[in-house]
Amino acid sequence: MTLKTLLLGAVATGALAPAAFAERGEDGHVNIIYWQAPSIMTPYLSSGTKDIEASSLVLEPLGRYTETGELVPYLAEEIPTVENGGVSEDLKSITWKLKEGLLWSDGSPVTSADVKFTADYCMDPEGGCAQLAKFDHIASIDTPDDLTVVVNFDEAMPNPYGPFMGGQSPILQKAQFESCTGAAASTCTEANFNPIGTGPFVVDEFKPNDVISLSANPNYRDPAKPAFATATLKGGGDAEAAARAVLQTGEFDYAWNLQLAPDVLASMAEGGQGTPVSAFGTLVERLEMNMTDPSPDLPEGERSTVAHPHPILSDFNVRKALSMAIDRGLLTEIGYGQAGRPTCNLVPAPALYASDNEECLTQDLEGAKALLEEAGWTDSDGDGVREKDGMKLSLLYQTSTNAVRQDFQALIKDWWNQIGVETELRNVDSSVFFGGDPGSPDTFQKFYADVEMYANNFDGTDPQSYLQMYRCGNEPKPSSQWQGENINRFCNEEYDALLDELAKTGELSKRGEIAKQLNDIITKETMTIVPLVDRGRVSAHSNTLGGVVLNTWDSELWNAADWYRIDG
Amino acid sequence: MLTYAIRRLVLSVPTLLFISFVIFMLLQLAPGDPMAQVPLTVPPEVKQKMREALGVGEPALVQYWKWLVQVFWTEPKVFIDWLTRDSFLLGWLPDTNLYQGELRVISWQTRSPVMDIVLQRIPQTLWVVGLSYVVGVLIALPIGIYSAYRQYSVFDQAGTFVTMVGFSIPPFFTGPLLIVIFSVYLGWFPSIYDTTHVVNDWESFKYQLSQMIMPVMVLALQTTAQLSRYMRASMLDNLNQDYVRTARAKGLSEAVVVMVHVLRNSMIPVITVIALGVPAIFGGAIITENVFKVNGIGQLLITALFANDLPMVMTLTFIFAFLIVMFNLIADILYGLLDPRIRYD
Amino acid sequence: MTDSPQDDVILAEGAKAAPIEALKDKGPMAPPRSKWRDVWEQFRKHKGAMMGAFFLFFITFGVLIGPYLWTLDPQALDIRNKDMRPIYTAIWNSEADVGWNHPLGSDQLGRDNLSQLIAGGRASMAVGWAAMLLSLIIGTGVGVMAGFFKKLDGPLMRLTDLFLSLPILPLLLVAVTLFRQPLRANFGPEGGMFILIVTVVGITSWMPTARIVRGDVLALKEREFVLAARSIGTQPFKIIKRHLLPNVLSPIMVSATLGLATAIITESALSFLGVGFPSDFPTWGKMLADAVARMEDFPERVLLPGVAISLTVLGVNYLGDGLRDALDPRIRGR
Repeated sequence: MTLKTLLLGAVATGALAPAAFAERGEDGHVNIIYWQAPSIMTPYLSSGTKDIEASSLVLEPLGRYTETGELVPYLAEEIPTVENGGVSEDLKSITWKLKEGLLWSDGSPVTSADVKFTADYCMDPEGGCAQLAKFDHIASIDTPDDLTVVVNFDEAMPNPYGPFMGGQSPILQKAQFESCTGAAASTCTEANFNPIGTGPFVVDEFKPNDVISLSANPNYRDPAKPAFATATLKGGGDAEAAARAVLQTGEFDYAWNLQLAPDVLASMAEGGQGTPVSAFGTLVERLEMNMTDPSPDLPEGERSTVAHPHPILSDFNVRKALSMAIDRGLLTEIGYGQAGRPTCNLVPAPALYASDNEECLTQDLEGAKALLEEAGWTDSDGDGVREKDGMKLSLLYQTSTNAVRQDFQALIKDWWNQIGVETELRNVDSSVFFGGDPGSPDTFQKFYADVEMYANNFDGTDPQSYLQMYRCGNEPKPSSQWQGENINRFCNEEYDALLDELAKTGELSKRGEIAKQLNDIITKETMTIVPLVDRGRVSAHSNTLGGVVLNTWDSELWNAADWYRIDG
Repeated sequence: MLTYAIRRLVLSVPTLLFISFVIFMLLQLAPGDPMAQVPLTVPPEVKQKMREALGVGEPALVQYWKWLVQVFWTEPKVFIDWLTRDSFLLGWLPDTNLYQGELRVISWQTRSPVMDIVLQRIPQTLWVVGLSYVVGVLIALPIGIYSAYRQYSVFDQAGTFVTMVGFSIPPFFTGPLLIVIFSVYLGWFPSIYDTTHVVNDWESFKYQLSQMIMPVMVLALQTTAQLSRYMRASMLDNLNQDYVRTARAKGLSEAVVVMVHVLRNSMIPVITVIALGVPAIFGGAIITENVFKVNGIGQLLITALFANDLPMVMTLTFIFAFLIVMFNLIADILYGLLDPRIRYD
Repeated sequence: MTDSPQDDVILAEGAKAAPIEALKDKGPMAPPRSKWRDVWEQFRKHKGAMMGAFFLFFITFGVLIGPYLWTLDPQALDIRNKDMRPIYTAIWNSEADVGWNHPLGSDQLGRDNLSQLIAGGRASMAVGWAAMLLSLIIGTGVGVMAGFFKKLDGPLMRLTDLFLSLPILPLLLVAVTLFRQPLRANFGPEGGMFILIVTVVGITSWMPTARIVRGDVLALKEREFVLAARSIGTQPFKIIKRHLLPNVLSPIMVSATLGLATAIITESALSFLGVGFPSDFPTWGKMLADAVARMEDFPERVLLPGVAISLTVLGVNYLGDGLRDALDPRIRGR
């Protein structure tokens, strides 16, 4: 496998040279399959990953993140920083310069007015823009000339790269979307399906939730790119079928996000038509401990609220024992293989912010048992389940429906049974679990269970807003219609104080220090969040498709302009 | 019979309204959130704003009324405009321009009119699901008839075995199995259905056949299994009746006895099952469409359900309900034609 | 000639008597045989039915006493022995990873396939039969009532239309939201789920049976023997019991066979939606669904539950055939 990848890499670099002299469109057609079908071509109205990625073929931001998490300019001349004067000393404004001579695919010039319009479009109070968070704290946007955009914030922004950076906030053409602001956003079907962009491709036909036909953008800024004259982005089916189409039958060139058990993927890869590729980002599969009592005996409105602390999980030793009983290496091997790494951290990357905490990586069943004994949980009636004060050590463990998660559930239940913890499993359809319907008892926010498992990550490379989710008071509760991000109902003064400090700090190394402390508080010091696996992204490309660089920090199709066909 | 048909047609209007109301309330009651597929990185306040922009928070009755107006007033106007403007049949009429930009039924996922997407999906649904139904019926009826006529013959036993095994093995298994055999190992057929494919000559027709054949086979197996069992059972009931003996005694040929007398009297349950199946064609075959990436109406419905796209789900289920009511009415009328003793008045 | 099953006794006796001997009086004949004995004799002659019955008995018996013979816990993980092949694989592949500790192999987490098959059979058979019977009872009841009583026809059939139109997924989610907690509290996590699943499958699958039965009843009730029964003042419910039900038996039998297969498969679809049993609770449908991704490398994992489901359904089908033949007075005695 490794040898094969190496060889392929050699082939790829060998083939790069001719590609440099290539002409636009000489490599014919490329087929891409997304097992979740894109339903709209703008990230501002949907924000499903599939839609963000599909639109990244057409729409481009001022700058993107590379596969290593660095910032590269796309429509901008360069990335503004404090050093080059693009970001003001007080961190309250950022000045972007557009490249000269940029054209929209319809031939009209790209100007700073388009950039300003994009912000206005998203910040319209009636538009329901999905990327509103990217435009937080913007006080005003000035356009001193056609190529310059100055974004002024109302407070110091240690990370000013929210707006116009990354696949989530690309630039829209003002002329096309002018009449589509506010409540009219949903009537602009034509613009939403066929946006005029600056990216390597333009939409020929958009069949929502089915297939997108694209062709090369005649006005793309690099005259030699893209190498493909046409492209098809097909949606639908499941990850297994998508993997089959690339790895076994060779019908498609690129398949997105193949969440399959590693043995299944490996046996498909033996088909020899394609290669799975993986890369790591910040996605962490974790167990979340409920710090409040989810008992159904409590009246509705008090279940899983801070009014009642959890009778079992409030005890740190129990949480610690539950974590110690888990063999993260085995979980990773069974569930993710090459695309996973055992982790003890909530923030696994980038290196600047990642803590070196590794103490949880070795499983210690005996230690876990001893810890439970010490905490007073003993199996007094000999049924294999520990008790304390007449209460059984019995937990309800829920997650969303997904083959790998159910395997994890079975394994973890087995370990917990071994240390005398009775576990009931429940899996909930993911559209209910991740939906925020306050009427449903099964959402992850309501947390009517003792332990739940899911994965989360953060956009871009700065974890501040991610860590802020666990601020005291930000928990889902009846008064907030069960909306809120502090899923565990975690409350810790030290943590909140550090958060305030982080928001005030601009210096990167100092920010890293604080982020690591925050990470350690919520993971190893309190075991509120028990991280399991740092989940990479696995995609697959056919052996005849060159130039693929898997990127987890931005859209996977971020460099589709550089893709080319390897003859063979 | 005519008065009965008219009475039923008139009655179907309140029935459908009632059904649509029940479905609407059911969807309101069901847990779910159109924001479920939005990544967790989007903060809750933003999600709340997005919900408001979709009109989720409005009272249920207001939403229902809006939907009714859109479906029964705005959409017909768009349809009439289309008829007089673009259609082949009525395009010669002056353009009507009834539609003045009112809000149509808009899907929450795609922010585009639901009816446009439905129309886009109908060709592949009819090609695959419709054709498989026709194939299934055409195979099932002769199998059922012959199995009954030669009960417990080798043919009957084999037919029973194949249909029952075929029915008890679900499409989520037969689909991938066919893909592994015919796409991966033999490489005969594509595993992914190309909905943009246009049939305009013999070559493209052959490609269309090759991409249709696997989903059609999977679906036809289910239809055949079900129908042939009912056909056989019903034929068996009738083959021993006195009138068959009488017909034979009269000297009628065996073919006439079986194909005319017995068949006609055995058709009632078969007609029922066929009529129940026709709306299901429109409903699409959710699993099979998904396995072969046909992306017809079934796939549209299931993605809309998972994304909690209420306007889309509501409209699709309503069209489905309409077809159910109509085809059950047709079945009832056919009963009367098949067996004149059945009187409804 | 009527279709009442009562006449068969006379017919059978008459057929035995030779023309000339019929004139002689040989004294009292053997006492009239019970109808059910006749039915049983006929049933026993039906080879398919006996085989079907045997299969069903075998499978039911197997899943009932299996856990006592093969005591391995179906939920126990044995991660060192994961992905083992069934013992018979050793015949053609001497390198296969086989062992008597897992005679039918183990799955990707090392759970024993044999004990999963047994435990899965218990759940699937229970759910399948219960849901099928529920759906048959509702379907037949509604169908007969609608077909026989003209006043009820309209309302009941519109109700059927309504149920046919209801989208199943939201219905399930509503049922879970409303009923899971009370059922779980009263019957435990697995018992509560069993009731919920059976009810949901039953309630969403009775409509075709109802429409088919009604169609047949509409035709039957105008036939001479029903008119005759009516003219001598037979009570409606007696007519239904004596004359209508026996004559709609064959479509009901077909519905039952198909319904059993559907119920077993639907159960597995439900657990995907989080409505079914807990994810580590094996059922045949779930085993089949889970194994599809690995069917090339481990074909036995799809074959075992697939064959089990198919055999059960075939068994019920032949049993139904035999029962129908045995209960049909025109066939019996031939």
